[in-house]
Amino acid sequence: MILDQDYETLPREELEQLQVERLQSTLYRVYRYVSFYKQSFDSNAVNIEKIKSIQDLAQLPFTTKEDLRKSYPYDMFAVPLRDILRIHSTSGTTGKPIIVGYTKNDLRHWTNCTARLLAAAQVSDHDVVQIAFPFNLFTGGFGFHQGAEQIGASVIPSSTATAEKQIMIMKDFKTTVLICAPSYAVNIASALEELQIHAESLNLRVGLFGAEPWSENLRAQLEAGLHIDALDNYGLTEVIGPGVAGECEHKHGMHINEDHFIVEVIDPKTLDPLPLGQEGELVFTTITKEGFPLIRYRTGDISSLIEGPCSCGRTLRRMHRVTGRTDDLIFIKGQKVFPSQIEEILLEAEGTAPHYRIILDRQDGNDTMEVQVEILESFPAFDELKNLERLRDTITRKIEVALGVEAKVTLVEPRSLLRDSGAKIRRVVDNRTL
Amino acid sequence: MLKIRNLEAGYGKLRVLKGISLHVSPGEIVIMIGANGAGKTTLLKTISGILKARAGSIHFEDQSISTVAMEVIVNRGCVLVPEGRQLFNTLSIKDNLTLGAYLLARRGKHREVKERLEEIYEMFPVLHERQDQLAGTLSGGEQQMVAIGRALMAGPNLIMMDEPSMGLAPLIVEKIFTTIAKLPELGKTVLLVEQNARASLDIADRGYVLETGQIVLSGTSQELLDNHDVQRAYLGKDYKRIEEIN
Repeated sequence: MILDQDYETLPREELEQLQVERLQSTLYRVYRYVSFYKQSFDSNAVNIEKIKSIQDLAQLPFTTKEDLRKSYPYDMFAVPLRDILRIHSTSGTTGKPIIVGYTKNDLRHWTNCTARLLAAAQVSDHDVVQIAFPFNLFTGGFGFHQGAEQIGASVIPSSTATAEKQIMIMKDFKTTVLICAPSYAVNIASALEELQIHAESLNLRVGLFGAEPWSENLRAQLEAGLHIDALDNYGLTEVIGPGVAGECEHKHGMHINEDHFIVEVIDPKTLDPLPLGQEGELVFTTITKEGFPLIRYRTGDISSLIEGPCSCGRTLRRMHRVTGRTDDLIFIKGQKVFPSQIEEILLEAEGTAPHYRIILDRQDGNDTMEVQVEILESFPAFDELKNLERLRDTITRKIEVALGVEAKVTLVEPRSLLRDSGAKIRRVVDNRTL
Repeated sequence: MLKIRNLEAGYGKLRVLKGISLHVSPGEIVIMIGANGAGKTTLLKTISGILKARAGSIHFEDQSISTVAMEVIVNRGCVLVPEGRQLFNTLSIKDNLTLGAYLLARRGKHREVKERLEEIYEMFPVLHERQDQLAGTLSGGEQQMVAIGRALMAGPNLIMMDEPSMGLAPLIVEKIFTTIAKLPELGKTVLLVEQNARASLDIADRGYVLETGQIVLSGTSQELLDNHDVQRAYLGKDYKRIEEIN
């Protein structure tokens, strides 16, 4: 079903008119109210009055994650705090997180964006929707919750309950729609198998999975294992949260909500815009946001756009799955972790050398992370087991507290981690097959 | 119906409109809110061809009208109700209204003129009663009805109004706006320029906020009503823009 017939099926020419109008007023507002953008435009000698088309967007400077970090907490807000109704944040773990604020209208639009994804997945007021995303500072839980309520579905915020508990809810509450990270869905699927519950005996019929990259193979696996239609969606907290793009029933690319976000694909090295269809870094400009507008935000996500209309009738452009990152961001259990964040914890711990390796694996559908780290030769009482255990437990706890991820920490002998030529350790080894 | 892209206009050295983009779809009531001097009247004058556009494009029903003479624009179905009514005070109501259909009358279509006149009288019965009274002797509200009626006599698809509530008592304003709200039912599209944001947002589908010649905000009426900047500047809510926390 198409929720917003007016906008989702707008002829491209009319959509462009709408985008230009909204882009121009967004530019005037950020220039007036966000000092970062005033400085950024002025120092790049950009005159926003010269931005007359979507193509002219390329004249504007980019906004990076680093820019947003520096703005901590509220410097990027385009409205006073009194106008903000909700605050979320990214997982700024060791570094400063990025704080985003939503006005009443922002929440309205966000709700509508996730509701569109649900409608595209044929979710209606007859459905029971189970949301197994955390309901906290992250946007996943609340983002879908609002949208599902708008659709009129019965919403279960099962949040971070264990897989067994989720299955109990799913069975007893007669859940028809599951929303979570794909890795967590794998988790649930394997728990079902363990509990010897047949997926057919459940009422599940569709799953909306996002927040981390996944694959067609995993789709097939999940569709078989959970006996559902599995749909992909895309979003990131900085841009709005979930609801930036989502698949329709044809499962061929995610429709981007272009009446709210202008998408560009750039070459991450030259930073030049790439022609439609070519793979590169996704760059988003928000054109309806009041609280936390973004101009040309570099997401670090690698993907490409699909040309031409979709047989579902939507004219909104589609994007392929995210195939990679421009940086070394690790997705694990729906959380995002930079190796540098782990490095920082290791450096703080006394007794370890700054040589480490992160090994990612998947066991019984569960993502696992092992952190191997070399001990310093100078570590006191090197040979005393008790000390080593204490060190290991300290690091494990610190990683869990800071990153929200369970890691198996292994202390290894000094100089035992294999170095490639150039004496560099391959920091991240990902053995997970998606 | 109406599509404007990067429109610039002004008087002499004065740049009033600094690149305006907006659109109005068929059957919509769209409002342009702005303070004095923001460029609202300039915008309507430029669309109706009274003022020449310096840059940008204006498309009415998919045809460019940015270099077209104003009577041609009226003939194509885009009509302006000017600020302050601008009636012929020494002519009767009936004559004022009939003048609105000048282009029809000149082509000898007197029967159609008469039909339209009947429609207007149906909409504003008070004008029928006083059709022979001089326009200058009417109250402000009645004059505004004549002005709207005169514009409708031209048989427009798009009717643009410049501050129809100006100088009118609140009760009369309500009456005028109730009339405007009914225009889409008659197949008319409305672009309204107003300082009275509250009354006009109640009847409009969408709106734009114009500040110093730039559009700084757009959205549905509900979105604009919920925007704190609109509340501060145009709905008289006592908010300061300056951050008070710190």
